[in-house]
Amino acid sequence: MPIQYYIFFCLTLFSIGVVGVLTRRNAIIVFMCIELMLNAVNLLLVSFSKMQHAAALKLDAVSTAGIDAQIFVFFIMVVAAAEVSVGLAIIVMMFRNTHSIDINFLNRLKN
Amino acid sequence: MKVIIGLIVLWPLVGFLFNGLGRNIWSKKVIAYKATGYIVASFIFSILAFLNVQSKGAFTAHYFDFINTATFKIPFDLKVDALSSLFLLVITGVGSLIHLYSTAYMKEEEAPHYARYFAYLNLFVFSMLLLVLGNNYVIMFIGWEGVGLCSYLLIGYWFTNATYNYAAKKAFIMNRIGDLGFLLAIFWLIVKLGTVSYDNVLTAESLAKLATPDITAITLLLFVGAMGKSAQIPLYTWLPDAMAGPTPVSALIHAATMVTAGIYMITRSNILFSASEFTQHIVAIVGISTALLAATIAIKQNDIKKVLAYSTVSQLGYMFLGLGVGAYSGAVFHVITHAFFKALLFLGAGSVIHAMHHEQDIRKMGGLKSKLPITHLTFLIGCIAIAGVPPFSGFFSKDEILAAAFAKSPIYWALGVAGAAMTAFYMFRLYATTFLGQFRGTHDQEHHLHESPLAMTLPLILLAVASSIAGAIGVPVLMGGHHWLSHQLAPIVGEAKEAGLSAGMEWALMGVSVTIAVIALLIALSIYRKKADGEPQTALGKFLYNKWYIDELYEIMILNPLHKFAGFLKEVVEKNIIDGAVNGTGKFVQYGARQIRLLQSGQVGYYILCMVLSIVLLFIIWFNDITILKFFFKLTHKF
Repeated sequence: MPIQYYIFFCLTLFSIGVVGVLTRRNAIIVFMCIELMLNAVNLLLVSFSKMQHAAALKLDAVSTAGIDAQIFVFFIMVVAAAEVSVGLAIIVMMFRNTHSIDINFLNRLKN
Repeated sequence: MKVIIGLIVLWPLVGFLFNGLGRNIWSKKVIAYKATGYIVASFIFSILAFLNVQSKGAFTAHYFDFINTATFKIPFDLKVDALSSLFLLVITGVGSLIHLYSTAYMKEEEAPHYARYFAYLNLFVFSMLLLVLGNNYVIMFIGWEGVGLCSYLLIGYWFTNATYNYAAKKAFIMNRIGDLGFLLAIFWLIVKLGTVSYDNVLTAESLAKLATPDITAITLLLFVGAMGKSAQIPLYTWLPDAMAGPTPVSALIHAATMVTAGIYMITRSNILFSASEFTQHIVAIVGISTALLAATIAIKQNDIKKVLAYSTVSQLGYMFLGLGVGAYSGAVFHVITHAFFKALLFLGAGSVIHAMHHEQDIRKMGGLKSKLPITHLTFLIGCIAIAGVPPFSGFFSKDEILAAAFAKSPIYWALGVAGAAMTAFYMFRLYATTFLGQFRGTHDQEHHLHESPLAMTLPLILLAVASSIAGAIGVPVLMGGHHWLSHQLAPIVGEAKEAGLSAGMEWALMGVSVTIAVIALLIALSIYRKKADGEPQTALGKFLYNKWYIDELYEIMILNPLHKFAGFLKEVVEKNIIDGAVNGTGKFVQYGARQIRLLQSGQVGYYILCMVLSIVLLFIIWFNDITILKFFFKLTHKF
């Protein structure tokens, strides 16, 4: 499949994530949208990695070029997992305080 | 020798630091002994330096480079030669006597102020020594500024009195005007010759390098400097006001230091001055006019110190007349004799003021002759000396200047003799009103009249002796002397020119001036031996009493426009433009902050939107907008 499909797919995923973050007020959905953006990036990394690897194999049968991008994917996953644990904890605390998970109530620092 | 010269200058500086830093520690006795001791030490070393110059000639001591660049160098050199060694003796000698006198005169001051006084006094002597000893104009200028500063500090010594502070400021500002001229002259020399050392500047070669207009300009600027320091028209008004300081300070300013600086500087630069006919005329004219103006004012003053102050201005005028007509050694001679008798007169006046409990108005004195015998006798000697009666010292020096003036132009001589007559008149008016007749003060004052202590009378006696015999160093050939002083100064000012007057002519000139002076003196005695001056009645009397209204004239001509201009700057420029700019900046920042604050709404979604938009904006800027558009174009094109 041409790389363009992947790029457009990732772009779409990412845009859905951005729009979700911007428009939704439910903290959990905002959170899910952030995950969506992260995974869009992951997918893009993997697809570019495959593409570069395939091109390198044509020149050299034992080439490992492009593999390293896939390692980043794992890094991102780990960071995302950590982020989720912290973020969910924040949401729980927020619910305890405001009895709501609407992020628009998080304006107590104003004034 | 190098060490000796260094120590001459350093002793007073040590004294200044000692008393200045330890003013809260030492007792008055320690302060007085140390301050006087350091000047006496300086005097002893000056004698050594003087003897050395007599036997071995001039000596230059190099200490370090004051300024050292590739193309320009000012060494810190001190030089003793015939001229500076004479000044050294006068400064430190008269200076020590004044210090000794001050220890008693200032006794009523509290210890910290007593120490402050002596610290300033020592610093004053230090600056003057530096001025005289420096071997180039820049070192001289350091001392020059130093004496200006010290005069300010000492005139304003009683700083709680606002009038005294005004007098101090006046002295400082008047001096600054002159200093500017001196400074410009130094710059001019540096530009034209690239050096300021006397050894290089004051030679025939460097004269040849300078064009006539340059020489005229430089000498005129130097003379402006001398006008300020030595109180000549138009910058003389600070000196009478300088009477605000303690009386020994007046003695120091008028006799040993400060006002002689201008004479010294011109004598030092005599080669330049002799090369400019025009400047010499200016110097002579300014000198004789100052001498006459100040003498006329002195006739009508009633403050004992004011009379002496105007007499100093007048005598300085004579010295400048001498410089202007080329009688450099005569001018130096008059500086020396004047230092003795003017210090004597001021210290005597101080003794009178001390006895009268700080009363300075001579109309309230009178009859002090029997109460203050030593002061009376020494003061009388001072008056005779300044009036120019032979064989006291003032006669010889004044006569030498007058003879040289006659050789130049008989008009100078005639005016000079008129001034001398006035001098005799006002000095004996002062003497008669103060010491003769009946006591006119309050009963209380009369009860407390007392002769001053030994620390005050001893300097008076020594100075009286010096005033009587100092003429011996310059007895003219005519009278069987051989004029030691002019031979002494010959290496610096050149051999004294033959006046071209016959012996009979000279005798006649002397006879005329002495006769006129004695007549003036007798008239003054006969008028004032019984009564003091009342309020001035005639228009002329009022005019002189008010000092020709010169202060008022300066106020109208210079001060008022300046005040108006300053008022304009304060009211218009300061309030509207500068304050407006400063306040405007503050107001703008406040207003801007209030507007920007509205962005901080507290809505998380809004913050994120801003973030995303900014990132997009950054991308567009980063990829130079075209690139990113091309990229999208390419992507869509493939489909």
